[in-house]
Amino acid sequence: MTAPLDLPDSAIEAGPETVLEGAESNVIRGRSLGQIAWMRLRRDRVAMAGGIVILLLILGAIFAPLLVSWFGHPPAEWHREKIDPAIQAPIGTFGGMSWDFLLGVEPTTGRDLFSRILYGSRVSLLIAFFATLLCVLLGTVLGMIAGFFGGWVDTIISRLMDIFLAFPLLVFALALAGVIPDKAFGMSGDTLRISLLVFIIGFFNWPYIGRIIRGQTLSLREREFVDAARSLGARNHVILFKEILPNLLAPILVYSTLLIPSNILFEAALSFLGVGVRPPTPTWGGMLAEAVHNYDVAPNFMLFPGLAIFVTVLAFNLLGDGLRDAFDPKAR
Amino acid sequence: MGGRVHKARPPWPRSVFTYILRRLIAAVMLLFVVSIATFAIFFLVPRLAGMSADDLASRYVGKAANAEIIHDTAIRLGFNDPIIVQYGRFVKGIFVGVERNYGPGVEHCPAPCLGYSYVTQNPVLPDLLNRLPITLSLALGAAVVWLVFGVATGVVSALRRGSFFDRLSMGVALAGVSLPIFFTGIVSLAIFRDQLGLVGDVADWVPFTEDPLTWANNLILPWVTLAFLYAAGYARLTRAGMLETMSEDYIRTARAKGLPERVVVLKHGLRATLTPVLTMFGLDLGLLLGGAVLTESTFSLPGIGKYAVDAIGNNDLPQVMGVTLLAATFIIVANLIVDMLYAVVDPRVRLS
Repeated sequence: MTAPLDLPDSAIEAGPETVLEGAESNVIRGRSLGQIAWMRLRRDRVAMAGGIVILLLILGAIFAPLLVSWFGHPPAEWHREKIDPAIQAPIGTFGGMSWDFLLGVEPTTGRDLFSRILYGSRVSLLIAFFATLLCVLLGTVLGMIAGFFGGWVDTIISRLMDIFLAFPLLVFALALAGVIPDKAFGMSGDTLRISLLVFIIGFFNWPYIGRIIRGQTLSLREREFVDAARSLGARNHVILFKEILPNLLAPILVYSTLLIPSNILFEAALSFLGVGVRPPTPTWGGMLAEAVHNYDVAPNFMLFPGLAIFVTVLAFNLLGDGLRDAFDPKAR
Repeated sequence: MGGRVHKARPPWPRSVFTYILRRLIAAVMLLFVVSIATFAIFFLVPRLAGMSADDLASRYVGKAANAEIIHDTAIRLGFNDPIIVQYGRFVKGIFVGVERNYGPGVEHCPAPCLGYSYVTQNPVLPDLLNRLPITLSLALGAAVVWLVFGVATGVVSALRRGSFFDRLSMGVALAGVSLPIFFTGIVSLAIFRDQLGLVGDVADWVPFTEDPLTWANNLILPWVTLAFLYAAGYARLTRAGMLETMSEDYIRTARAKGLPERVVVLKHGLRATLTPVLTMFGLDLGLLLGGAVLTESTFSLPGIGKYAVDAIGNNDLPQVMGVTLLAATFIIVANLIVDMLYAVVDPRVRLS
């Protein structure tokens, strides 16, 4: 919808036919919605750029230890020799940026900012992905049940969604993340914090996607193919999984892609407020929280974690917008 | 509700009245659920995670406290009572008030009483009310800015779809929704306060009634920063809505009957688009009034949101309960107002 396209207006207005013309084969054959959407998406350069950035980010997060061993220093290694003891600020221009320390060093400790941001992406992406998975699972299952069965089931689930949406979400998430002791539920350290954040973010955000899925199921339920399946004797669970779920995959894909960036921002916010994954594990939000106190002596410490969040979130938003347009050109 | 006013149409005031009554009852129920959930988070979750009443109490005594003091504190704060009894005490405070024995004498906290802080020993409600003007100033000021800029940008973008302005503003808007406020906040502080010296120290709160100029000067940076994020979302929403509305048949009719374009756009186009925008506006404002947590933390503004963060940092349950209930009330009231406006504007809502 919002991504500026490098297409002539005529191509945008014309919709699917133009896209089909562009295909190499002249043979007319049926294409699934997925194939058509993929063809549209491939022509959306902005969305594809977002997708490539996401791919690079994921690769960077996976191979962080390797990349750091080539281009940096371990994220927890202190380099006091890079710090001016008088003002506790990095020595050198722009926070000590050099070939040795690509993005400079952290004030006070002198830890390598490049490797801390790279490792920070692991926490950010991991939490955002799994939290989104939880949102989508809960939202899809409950939304489908509410929309399909209707009646009192729908009433209960819909009220439940109302309650969740009326919660002061951030305060609540803060409280929950704050009260858990350092050892709980048989876990400790990073494992505990990451699972906790996944649970909090996923558990409080599912109603948004739940409402969308409920609405879609409600309209799909009345369609002829569902009647046909039922008259052939299909049971409810067969209709739900074989008839309705495949038709929900497009909105699920689109909204998952758009949920990931909002979950990344949510995680960063919780880390910023001090209830995220605990130090010394690096998080982007946590770095920004510290940068509040010393951005004047180390601008790199404020700028790079912020840019990391911005680039990641923007890339997902671009891809998500592109996907939505590809599946539903009317929305543009 | 004045039944007299609508005497010409007898069925409607009654249905509006029952609708409002139903919504009010639902709102109160919702507040109950929110308070129970907050309570459970603070008392049930740590229990499930394996903490005892004494462990809980050890957070509210000095570092040098021995086991006996901790145990006494646990009893004084009532941590050994069953959780239902503790919750009952809290609810009783709201409806009839409570008496507190603080040593030298007995203090009465009149209804609605949100209890006393575990840490500062101050009653919670006056603390919250003292901070409300700060959050109110922040949220309302920002709301004016983002509503005007967001809607205007969205309308112009939609009318000049595909133009340079459209691409630029939508690009900026997309960047806007991708930026966390605690980043834009620090960057704007670094530039406008520290480098250019254009604005005052944000953290110094001066009430509007004392000195309106300093009030505005201190708040301008938080306003603009907060409004930028929201304006981005509103511009996107308005543009999408306008694009849809302007291709409706009735717009063509309006043009065909020779109305000036200005009237077509503002009176027919924008009016239909504004409904979802105002819905979102109501909900966003409700959410912000319950504490602009991130903005207030970034700019060190001592409002409701900062209070919430500090309360959570101190594990101060009564404060957290107070803040959550206040925030939930704002959200619910905002929802209620939006829905009622809908019910007045659109008669179909009342029937369902």
